[in-house]
Amino acid sequence: MSGVLALPAPPQPLRRRISDLLYTRRGVLLLALLAPPLLWFGVIYLGSLFALLANAFFGLDDFTGQVVREFTLKNFVELMRPSNLDVVVRSVSMAIAVTLTCVALAFPLAYYMARHASGATKAMLYIAVMLPLWSSYLVRLYAWKLLLAKEGAISWLADQAHAHWIIDALLSLPAIGGPSLSFSTLGTFIVFVYMWLPFMILPVQAAIERIPGSYIEASGDLGAGTGMTFAKVILPLALPGIAAGSIFTFSLTLGDYIIPQVIGDSTNYIGQVVYKQQGVAGNVPFAAAFSLVPIVVVGVYLWFAKRLGAFDAL
Amino acid sequence: MRSERGAGLGLKAAAWAVIAFLHIPLALIVLYAFSAEDKSYVFPPPALTTKWFAVAWQREDVWAAIKLSFQVASLSSVVAIVLGTLAAAALARTKFFGRDAISLLLILPIALPGVITGIALRSAYGTLEIPFSFWTIVIGHATFCVVVVYNNAVARLRRLNPNLIEASMDLGADAFQTVRHVILPQLGSALLAGALLAFALSFDEVIVTTFTAGQQTTLPIWMLQELIRPRQRPVTNVVAVVIIALTFIPILAAYYLTRADESAHR
Repeated sequence: MSGVLALPAPPQPLRRRISDLLYTRRGVLLLALLAPPLLWFGVIYLGSLFALLANAFFGLDDFTGQVVREFTLKNFVELMRPSNLDVVVRSVSMAIAVTLTCVALAFPLAYYMARHASGATKAMLYIAVMLPLWSSYLVRLYAWKLLLAKEGAISWLADQAHAHWIIDALLSLPAIGGPSLSFSTLGTFIVFVYMWLPFMILPVQAAIERIPGSYIEASGDLGAGTGMTFAKVILPLALPGIAAGSIFTFSLTLGDYIIPQVIGDSTNYIGQVVYKQQGVAGNVPFAAAFSLVPIVVVGVYLWFAKRLGAFDAL
Repeated sequence: MRSERGAGLGLKAAAWAVIAFLHIPLALIVLYAFSAEDKSYVFPPPALTTKWFAVAWQREDVWAAIKLSFQVASLSSVVAIVLGTLAAAALARTKFFGRDAISLLLILPIALPGVITGIALRSAYGTLEIPFSFWTIVIGHATFCVVVVYNNAVARLRRLNPNLIEASMDLGADAFQTVRHVILPQLGSALLAGALLAFALSFDEVIVTTFTAGQQTTLPIWMLQELIRPRQRPVTNVVAVVIIALTFIPILAAYYLTRADESAHR
């Protein structure tokens, strides 16, 4: 018999053992944390996206209207028809026009917020931009229905200023006009700009704020005027912010099917075609093929934006 | 060089003009809710009245829509908190292969046009023959709400001093105790802010919902039906004001809860 009493190690409670395992094996911890979100996104979200992708290669039975699960490229041939290409060109042009206008409108406010406002004014401006960004999309759309109506506020204001001829002149233009502001491409455009403008202001403001003040002083000391400093110093350094904001303005315009339906003439945009094809026409395969268009366009756009450094500015 | 000479008058005027552009339409909605005119959108309103608030209060369909939206938004926020916090904890301070792919995957539901998420979920439900229900709406909403919670949680976790966690462990706390007593108290207000924003996002969502709701009417779907085929305009005006009020509260609360993160960001 040995005189040394061997103390048995106290039994570790299970909880402690799991805890130690998680702390010492970081891989196990990471896996435990990531499993639920990855399962949700991997199965539900990516699963659905792939189901959609698969549908794009199926066809419809002409007699029964049922989806036939056989490989076909018919949908993509259909996609190349001029009337469908028109929709794509119109949507992309609208998205570009909306994005450029948003940049032009966002810049002065973003610059003022970043370099001039301070303290309470700055906080107030920040909230003033954030509230519309988060507040109801449909309510804001509804507000424009009120504003643009024939008997609405804009018309009234134009009458008071004896300037109704300006609206009439704009509405008589061929590509953007229409019978009234709420039934014209011009109206659709204004509402798109209004809806997505806050998404542009915030990242541009953040980007301008990161420009060291000394750069702007140096530019002035080296003889550049305001315009030159803007073009050569501020604009290039704000570009990542602009690119970040444009991801939203571009992608949101491209996929929207409600705004052109409520405010606009009857011309179609990508989102509406997808919506009508799957809903009214019941042609899910063609809707799926058409929804690949914005995915590809946004994908290309994201690739460009990444090269401009947009993801560091988000 | 913050305002060395002050802002030029032109810049200042342009900045405030943009703010006015953003807010005048919202103010107009409030004015119209009191308009006595019920046939058209005539401006200025011929007379003011509060009677439409009473009329709207009596409407069963409005209450049913508010109730459904409230339930959907609550449950979606809960799912988003759980998934968003887990993802943030995993990604906040780590670097590993595939990390960027995972964060891109979380952003994808809001980066891709909503019509795609909607039709994708709908065709998946169709393929698996899942009937539309409360849950089909929640699944869609939770998916795009995760990123909001994730963003808030990541910002806070990156600010959290890692020494605190080491100290907790050195003092004998196990991993669960450290999470419970050190990490969660620090994370709490960021998670609440994320949940409030997720709630606001879900409460207002219409594009994905039209694909996943079937015959159910959430508040935004009710609103959309009124936009396309107006039935009683004054009631719509009142509901619009109620929606503005209901969404402003969580947004402002979320702002005050995360102010410190914002300033640390810069």
